[in-house]
Amino acid sequence: MSPDPAHGQPPGPGPPPAAPLAHGSAPSPGLGPEAHVMVGNADLFVNWSRKSSLWYLLFATACCGIELMQAGASRYDMDRFGAVFRATPRQSDLMLVAGTITHKMADRVKRLYDQMPEPKYVISMGSCANTGGPFYKDSYCVVKGVDLLIPVDVYIPGCPPRPEALIDGIMSLQKIIMRKKNFGAKA
Amino acid sequence: MEAQVLFDTLKGKFGDAVVELQGEGCSPAFVVVAPASVQEIARFLRDDPALSFDSLMCLSGVDYKEKFAVAYHLHSMKHRHAIGMKAFLPRETPSLPTVDDVWPAANFHEREAFDLFGIVFEGSKDLRRILLPEDWEGHPLRKDYKYPDFYHGIKV
Repeated sequence: MSPDPAHGQPPGPGPPPAAPLAHGSAPSPGLGPEAHVMVGNADLFVNWSRKSSLWYLLFATACCGIELMQAGASRYDMDRFGAVFRATPRQSDLMLVAGTITHKMADRVKRLYDQMPEPKYVISMGSCANTGGPFYKDSYCVVKGVDLLIPVDVYIPGCPPRPEALIDGIMSLQKIIMRKKNFGAKA
Repeated sequence: MEAQVLFDTLKGKFGDAVVELQGEGCSPAFVVVAPASVQEIARFLRDDPALSFDSLMCLSGVDYKEKFAVAYHLHSMKHRHAIGMKAFLPRETPSLPTVDDVWPAANFHEREAFDLFGIVFEGSKDLRRILLPEDWEGHPLRKDYKYPDFYHGIKV
């Protein structure tokens, strides 16, 4: 039967299958094929809510912090991406490492990262946090990249990066979050 | 006050403890003194009414490879004049009396010189590392400093 455009069925899920699936007929004891549609939507919803409220730990250790403050202030207004700063790691989803990390600071970086609840993300902002930057050669006190201490999701180049670059980094992280699979079959 | 006049004043009072005047190419001029008498000369420079150097602007360590030096930059708010004072130290035992009871601001500067050069200030109220971690080994601004390979498992 061909559907009539004027009097056909409304769009939406089809009628339930005529014969219910027999117990034990599925090859694995996981969720059925229809359930994957529901789980995919749950992924979308969870990822959307996570990327839309990226509260970042206020963690400015050098001049990149000045650009970070400017990006958070009214002209660039990172609040419109749902990114607001928190003063405690326990309420933060994102650690924005903005500036030089010294060996004396390294223990604190690691401890603050460990205090953040899952899921947590790290953006390395500026040359110092990426590689040590101008202190890469002949410095006894600067850590040559924060990725020696904690895993990093997004690197932002620049010395320091402009607020536009920082916002681009946040949007890149949002794209990464939207690709995550939280539910469903692991295979 | 002219640097030469000040130098003559100090020379008349302290004799051999005041070594020479380094006026060429540096402003303010430096009076080189013996390290053992730094504290009494500093007290005289602060308390004498004609001098009254009430402000220690800077205290720095210097590494000349064959010897160390501690340089003091002094300024007088009252008379609006400035002078430098310098003491040379042997490389093997770099130590001299503290001046933190003459100018309390000296304490942080002395801690920095101790931290980065390993210069010991005898009688200091609180001589600890100020910039580097407590368990750091060595004094990095010395010319013969060798970098460590790792610190707490992180490559330096």
